[in-house]
Amino acid sequence: MCLAVPGTIVALRDDATATVDMLGVQRDISVALTPDAKVGDYVLVHAGFGIQVIDPEEARLTLEIFQEIPELVGEELEGVVPFGSAAEAVADGGVPQAEPAQAAAQAGALA
Amino acid sequence: MTDRGSHGTGPHSSRHRGACDTQDISPRAIDLGAFRDPALARELIDRIASVVGDRELNLMEVCGTHTMSIGRYGFRSIMPPGLHLLSGPGCPVCVTANRDIDHIIALAKLDGVVIATFGDMMRVPGSTSSLAAQKAAGHDVRIVYSPLDAVRLAQDNPGLDVIFVGVGFETTTPTIAATILDAAARGLANFSVMSAHKMTPPALRAIADDPETRIDGFILPGHVSTITGLAPYRFLVDEFSIPGVVTGFEPVDILESILLLAEMARGGKPAIENAYRRGVNAEGNPVARAMVDRVFETCDATWRGLGTLPSSGLAIRDEYARFDARRRFDVEIEPTQEQRGCRCGDVLRGAIAPTSCPLFGRACTPEHPIGPCMVSSEGSCAAYFRYRA
Ligand code: SF4
Repeated sequence: MCLAVPGTIVALRDDATATVDMLGVQRDISVALTPDAKVGDYVLVHAGFGIQVIDPEEARLTLEIFQEIPELVGEELEGVVPFGSAAEAVADGGVPQAEPAQAAAQAGALA
Repeated sequence: MTDRGSHGTGPHSSRHRGACDTQDISPRAIDLGAFRDPALARELIDRIASVVGDRELNLMEVCGTHTMSIGRYGFRSIMPPGLHLLSGPGCPVCVTANRDIDHIIALAKLDGVVIATFGDMMRVPGSTSSLAAQKAAGHDVRIVYSPLDAVRLAQDNPGLDVIFVGVGFETTTPTIAATILDAAARGLANFSVMSAHKMTPPALRAIADDPETRIDGFILPGHVSTITGLAPYRFLVDEFSIPGVVTGFEPVDILESILLLAEMARGGKPAIENAYRRGVNAEGNPVARAMVDRVFETCDATWRGLGTLPSSGLAIRDEYARFDARRRFDVEIEPTQEQRGCRCGDVLRGAIAPTSCPLFGRACTPEHPIGPCMVSSEGSCAAYFRYRA
């Protein structure tokens, strides 16, 4: 459940709404739950609302922790751990029988 | 599981990603690739194997997105034999009791009513019907992306009563609370919510308390914790000595969390850790929680599989009773019948794996689902079926 996508705030309005850019797609959302969000911030977007401002620095730190792990063999894991995200599984037919519009809404919905 | 090429993925390939992406930070800010680095994943898998050894460990996730990620990346098949990844009650439509689904269906049959719902509720079977069947029978059922779309629908159609189906956990409830406040500010008289919202910690408690399941660690939900923070999980350590790790959705996130849990289960001190700092801070989102408190109060709620759990649901406060579809519409609800032979309830509390249900893959498939765990794409049965985990 509870899927959320990151978006960059490109415009903020007085009525607690904002326009976010989510991987090139612009969408209007409510920022009522993230009143401190500013233009340029990254927010997690869920069901048409920003639910958290995301800290890019924290993400970088998380990555550094992982980088400290000495690398072992790499290649054979491909195929075992295919790249991509679970969400694409939805887009790729995890929702059999749904009409395309419904599947999109379903995937977007969260759960 | 070798469809890497066909997906043309990587953070930059954007088909319409809508809200369906579990990716949690923009690739323009951070290179997400590292969260999918096969070498890191390999290293984590090896370390998990050496920490677990020949021990038996049961780890449970309680988030439908984790259910799907674990299936998709094939993690079950690459874990040490004693490490079991169980799926818990993390799919909100799956845990919704038949009685609530029947109530929603009864509302859909009313004249002059529009049901607005997130798409994943459409095909979920109640006792004898589903919203999809009601729509096919000519009733007005519409899929919305945001509860605010339902408010807009109400505003544009003053002659119709728009009822939003409120199903979801802590990630979703703040958006519903904010929507009700928005409808109140607009003075809308034709908008209401049928609240079947639930909270995660009481379900974790029920499972920790269940003598039939032994859980050695919880893979805690990422975006639920974005709202709740870490405090609501402390009881797992204090009362049950069960560790938990708040977990993101990329392969490396999930493996790191499994490793942390395995280390704690091996003799480390149980704790609640946050391995998803880029999406969750320890305090959660207090603004969102305050909004939920303003509009909702806790109530007992009935969960499929777990029964009635005290203070595990959210009911609309008296002050906002005019937005409460349960109170506004007096409907007759059909007698509750469970889906015959369906073991969804046992699956949801981790007592059996989906493959142990005699109907799994035979009478019950995603094309012809019998229970909600096969209907919802993030239900455990659907994930097991799709990925043959
Ligand atoms: S396989 Fe189908 S019938 Fe069996 S528990 Fe899952 S949803 Fe129910």
